[in-house]
Amino acid sequence: MNIHIQHGHLIDPKNKLDARQDIFISLGKVVGIGHAPDGFLAEQVIDATNLIVCPGLIDLSARLREPGFEYKATLESEMLAAAAGGVTSLACPPDTDPVLDEPGLVEMLKHRAKQLNLTHVYPLGALTRQLQGKELTEMCELTEAGCVGFSQADIAITDTLVLFRAMQYAATFGFTVWLRPEETYLAKDGIAHDGEVASRLGLRGIPAIAETIAITTILRLALETGAKVHLCRLSTREGVELVREAKTQGLNVTCDISANHLHLTEYDIGFFNANCHLKPPLRSQRDRDALSIGLADGTIDAVCSDHTPVDDDAKLVPFAEAEAGATGLELLLPLSLKWASEQKIPLSAAIARLTTAPAQILGLDAGHLSVGSNADICIFDPQHYWKIEAKSLISQGKNTPFLGMEVAGKVRFTLLNGRVQFALSPTGG
Amino acid sequence: MNLSMPENPSQPENPPTSQTLPDAEILFQQLAEKLKPLISADTALVGIHSGGAWLVERLLPLLGANLPHGILDVSFYRDDFASRGLHKENRPSQIPFAVQGHHILLIDDVFYTGRTIRAAMNELFDYGRPASITLAVLVNRGGRELPIAPQIAALEFPLVSTQNLQLLRHEDGRFYLRLEQEVA
Amino acid sequence: MNNPQLNQDGQLKHLLSIEGLPKAILKQILDTAESFVGVAEREVKKVPLLRGKTVCNIFFENSTRTRTTFEIAAKRLSADVLNLNVGTSSQAKGESILDTVNNLIAMHADMFVVRHSQSGAAHFIAQHVAPHIHVINAGDGRHSHPTQGLLDVFTIRRYKPDMHNLRVALVGDVLHSRVARSEIHALTTLGVPEIRVIAPKTLLPVQVEKLGVQVYHDMHEGLKGVDVVMMLRLQNERMNGALLPSAQEYFKTYGLTQEKLALAHPDAIVMHPGPMNRGVEIDSAVADGSQSVILPQVTYGIAVRMAVMAILAGSTI
Repeated sequence: MNIHIQHGHLIDPKNKLDARQDIFISLGKVVGIGHAPDGFLAEQVIDATNLIVCPGLIDLSARLREPGFEYKATLESEMLAAAAGGVTSLACPPDTDPVLDEPGLVEMLKHRAKQLNLTHVYPLGALTRQLQGKELTEMCELTEAGCVGFSQADIAITDTLVLFRAMQYAATFGFTVWLRPEETYLAKDGIAHDGEVASRLGLRGIPAIAETIAITTILRLALETGAKVHLCRLSTREGVELVREAKTQGLNVTCDISANHLHLTEYDIGFFNANCHLKPPLRSQRDRDALSIGLADGTIDAVCSDHTPVDDDAKLVPFAEAEAGATGLELLLPLSLKWASEQKIPLSAAIARLTTAPAQILGLDAGHLSVGSNADICIFDPQHYWKIEAKSLISQGKNTPFLGMEVAGKVRFTLLNGRVQFALSPTGG
Repeated sequence: MNLSMPENPSQPENPPTSQTLPDAEILFQQLAEKLKPLISADTALVGIHSGGAWLVERLLPLLGANLPHGILDVSFYRDDFASRGLHKENRPSQIPFAVQGHHILLIDDVFYTGRTIRAAMNELFDYGRPASITLAVLVNRGGRELPIAPQIAALEFPLVSTQNLQLLRHEDGRFYLRLEQEVA
Repeated sequence: MNNPQLNQDGQLKHLLSIEGLPKAILKQILDTAESFVGVAEREVKKVPLLRGKTVCNIFFENSTRTRTTFEIAAKRLSADVLNLNVGTSSQAKGESILDTVNNLIAMHADMFVVRHSQSGAAHFIAQHVAPHIHVINAGDGRHSHPTQGLLDVFTIRRYKPDMHNLRVALVGDVLHSRVARSEIHALTTLGVPEIRVIAPKTLLPVQVEKLGVQVYHDMHEGLKGVDVVMMLRLQNERMNGALLPSAQEYFKTYGLTQEKLALAHPDAIVMHPGPMNRGVEIDSAVADGSQSVILPQVTYGIAVRMAVMAILAGSTI
């Protein structure tokens, strides 16, 4: 189908486009920017007056909960949520049930996702079998099945020798190792940042050194093995500092943070709000500010939703017993826009953290709108204010610390491979 | 002693105003005179917090400084707890003598519905079984809602329900009455 | 953020934590408790305030001692009392906390006394029960044990009425202690100017000084001139391990003996929330000595719990 997106403000950080430009799409590809190719006949015209047109967002971490946790969410519900959030590509961690440690499971997931065809799904394979941190998975086979990297999700490898070997092996084939830095023993049984709030509320703490010690170990191992490392969900000021130093020294390392941690601190736990039970824990204001600065100066490459749909029953228990995680696919864009407006970051720089940077980390030719590129496009209204409520979310996960908050930025259209996969109904739903 | 229940003073046609209030000090002297003949070896005075307690304090020198005496705060026995909650300024009841076998003179300032007296009697019985209870008040303003009435009152002073009569103390301890009219 | 313990009129609706309660409410509870102290000394130790009400003790974590004091308090207010040791029944069968609570509400329970091993459990229940239900926290994880904190300050006030001129030392395992947190909040709210915590670094929460206390690691230094010594209980499982090497060494460094107590003010009182580990945190000679007010604490505990229940039951929706 030929689509003409007209009168929109186009932002494409990779091509340094930030102007009013029309886009022309044919056969799933961008065929023209600014002016139509010869003989182009639009079958559909999308009026993007007062809207921003940008590459579809790329989310580095979204749990779709399949297989194994279909009572929390299904592929279908979460891919719809992704489309509603303007996300056209997402990486999903391997902590499903069963764990994504066998090629067959990955193929099945890819196949299911492709059938639904709402967003591109890029699975991360398990780095070790069952995520147990003991035996390596068949990384080559898994890559062939569709894995774009290898991860331990939230379960850190305790045995440093195993981690060393896993990184050596991944480095052999040039695979990226995705690690959330957390020293197991220091974080053991912890549920909140080991700071003032945890002390007051009597919650077991996870100290900042649990992250920095792990980062130090991982970076030394990366230096030693030459493995490409992506550090997931940084949460501490000192952690950002370590990455900044490593990058200055030329180490091949990237990192991301979740949109939750860009805005929230330990104080948001309030009176034991289980929606603020997250991994890693919400940290101090100083940490939050350092994450914000790190994201702005590029030390932190990307911001992700860390989308983790949790069913109500798993949250309707005391704070420590509540399952960690929050819904996020539909909040990634507005929360990133909120950050940009609060920190006076140019919109294109913010969008780069959601498109160009994550595409690079995933090794994808995506996240830009050049002639010939895949027509994965997000069209949003930056002035559309809406209230985050259970009923306003498509995801099956309704729990988020931002419930009740009003945010600006609502996706109007999401195009995947040149087809409109999501269009906001006039009533806003 | 006349043990028949006094009539509930009927609703007055022309309710008194603050200008026509009697002198509380004179009423107090009259109350003391009425009580004197009732004092025996087994008498004990119990004042209901707060007006009744003030009266007991000043009655003691007149009736016998060595009389056993105490104070009741009926907060824990009130029947309006469910609707009004616990009185914020409750204070401990103090009955430092054995209630068992004593003839109790129960003293309050203004008698109205009888509900406070009901609560006070219930509380007294939780301390022991008195030989008798005699209710004496400074003013009976009428309007009782229970089959309870003072045997002794210095003054029968019928008021309407929108009026509120209070016993108060000057700084030097002298009593005076205040009448408040509820604004409809 | 609304204080979940207060209703719209600022009345106490639940007692979940001392933190965040205004001084006026703390004083109201303590003053009312004074009235209840007398009730226990009467022929009939009951008042009819909670007649017809049902108080339900739900203990997800067993504690016969605390449950008993709440039970006595409720019964002295003429309430009917239902005891449920959930640790041994429904939860073991997989029933959720809210299911357990809602079942009891369906049986017309009016007030819940809750103990749970997780911090925040009482808040959680209070946030999810029907508006006419009152919740009292009888200890949640390491977070709070407000009635214990209140009875401790009640005891202190009885012996040392001038709260604005006091030095109080808390000794021992502050890290795991909900009692310590409650005491600290109660003391600071009531205007006690100097609160010290004395413990090894392994038994102190991070940034404990932000609670308004001064930190001491040396007991001899910390006890100098204090008016109140509050000993904290050390759980058995923490005596040998990564937190402490042994009970013997702990007693030597942080156990309260006559000799160490002599460093405090001569009129200092000694308190302990119980149950005591004699010879671990406190020497028997001190526990049973003339400065100990450990048994009065227990007595006052009932009056304080009666006061809390009476005030809660009297608050409007």
